[in-house]
Amino acid sequence: MKAIYKREFRSYFTSMIGCAFIAFLIVIGGIYFMVYNLYNGYPFFAYSLSGVIFVMLIAVPVLSMKCFAEERKNKTDQLLLTSPVSLFEIVLGKYLAMITIFAIPCLIYCLFPLIIKLQGSAYLLVDYSSILAFFLLGCVFIAVGMFLSSLTESPVIAAISTCAVLFLLYMMDSLLNYVPTSAVSGVIILIIFLSLICALIYSITKNPIISGGLELIALIGCIVGYVVKSSFFENLIVDILDRLVLTDVFYNFVQNYIFDISGLLYYLSLIVLFIFLTIQTFQKRRWS
Amino acid sequence: MIEVKHLTKKYGRHLALDDLYFTVEKGQIYGFLGPNGAGKSTTMNIMTGYISATDGEVLIDGCSILEEPEKAKKCIGYLPEIPPLYLDMTVMEYLNFVAELKKIPKDRRLAEVKKARNLVKLSDVSNRLIRNLSKGYRQRTGLAAAVLGFPDIIILDEPTVGLDPKQIIEIRELIRTLAKDHTVILSSHILAEVQEICDYVLIISKGRLAASGTPEELEKLSQGKESIELTIKANKETIQTILDKISGIQNITWQNETNDACDILIETSDLAQKVCEDISLSFATERIPVTKINILKATLEDIFLELTEGDSKNESNL
Repeated sequence: MKAIYKREFRSYFTSMIGCAFIAFLIVIGGIYFMVYNLYNGYPFFAYSLSGVIFVMLIAVPVLSMKCFAEERKNKTDQLLLTSPVSLFEIVLGKYLAMITIFAIPCLIYCLFPLIIKLQGSAYLLVDYSSILAFFLLGCVFIAVGMFLSSLTESPVIAAISTCAVLFLLYMMDSLLNYVPTSAVSGVIILIIFLSLICALIYSITKNPIISGGLELIALIGCIVGYVVKSSFFENLIVDILDRLVLTDVFYNFVQNYIFDISGLLYYLSLIVLFIFLTIQTFQKRRWS
Repeated sequence: MIEVKHLTKKYGRHLALDDLYFTVEKGQIYGFLGPNGAGKSTTMNIMTGYISATDGEVLIDGCSILEEPEKAKKCIGYLPEIPPLYLDMTVMEYLNFVAELKKIPKDRRLAEVKKARNLVKLSDVSNRLIRNLSKGYRQRTGLAAAVLGFPDIIILDEPTVGLDPKQIIEIRELIRTLAKDHTVILSSHILAEVQEICDYVLIISKGRLAASGTPEELEKLSQGKESIELTIKANKETIQTILDKISGIQNITWQNETNDACDILIETSDLAQKVCEDISLSFATERIPVTKINILKATLEDIFLELTEGDSKNESNL
């Protein structure tokens, strides 16, 4: 793992992508800092950070696009997969290298609250916990990017798809206003979702009895549930999605000054999920 | 050493490997021979754990490559068809990285890297970026990475492709040196190469093991099909009457006939050596000069063509 980590980390600097990523984040962070904090005298650096989040939608795909896509293109994955290293170590080595690159601008951000402090009153606890939340949110973005990069052979496709997915995640909060809230639409969306899961089960197991049975149970369950208590389905979809909004956790830190431990755990579990999915992608490709 | 058991690999509906079975013993050079698309690279990729088989298993020193991958992979050095090189690294950086990846202890790492580098004669370019190297040097870098740490089994997929003749000879020498204390498995579609360096040849055709044995054994497979090439200074009728008296002649092909001399090709049913002696003696007693006698042995090439093409003929008949 150490070998992969070191190689990956160095390659980000030989190819300039790492340097560009770090410089980009520092410059944008610095501009927000200058405008909000230095000129307009707002004492929270955390507020500037929420501006930087949007820039991450462009910066993260650039960082993560080549991590597995390029290996596949150059066939160098053959070296990694035939070496006495486990898949977990390969994926984790690469992930940690990207995290380290991302940690560099975050560490520099840590200086900014101190600069505010020099000029007057600062809220160091809020700022530093926000930087922590910002770092973990970035780690989730990078994990998503890594997973998408492992799906394709072309870094460009990886970058564009990462950008699109991150944009959706970022905008989820506002998009939720347009999701229908009535009970009927709740049932329909739930049935579609469960059917998709059954289709997935069928494509994995190729067993029509199990997947068909599950589909039937889901259908009956939803319809019976709707007849018995239709109010249950009202706002169901919006409620569920609302809990999954990524940026909410970060805004809890920045705007509500809450140290949201459950939110941080949510971030961590997402990171673990995407690392797991990346490993599974490799397993699947070996078998097909 | 290596046991490959009932290996089957399907790509969708295409059957790439069909119940392949063979074993590899220690300290010999094995050659995979087969036309393009026969399944050589697929077999090697499965043996090294890069892809998984649909059915069957590979045992390296008794460890299954699927169940104990790290232990099994430690015994193998693999050079794939396209050397897996990171173009943004120098040769030394790359070899150091591979050494670390192969978990060679830190105190031995530099010595091992230097040993591998000197073995494939890369010292001149050790500080150059791989991006700037020629195909031959890249191939050698890949080879150095494969032999690094000197694992028991070294698997090379078409190691001499893209090299100039001098480099090919060097690489063959190198493979011979390695075989003194390692098992080497290489694949090739170049017959001469396999014939020259391999102790044991596995002919693969359409994902099946068509034949296996030492090159000599394989040549014997088609014995009785030896033929004799002759140039005799006489006209056709004279030669025909003399040849009629000799037993063991199956078929005569007249290749070039004039009144003074004839070129003929004789297929024998008996041992060619004996027929040859009879022919020369009987022409000598008639005082007819035989200017050329040559026994044509069936080469590995004939067997290869017969086995691989015979297959497709059989199938087209079906």
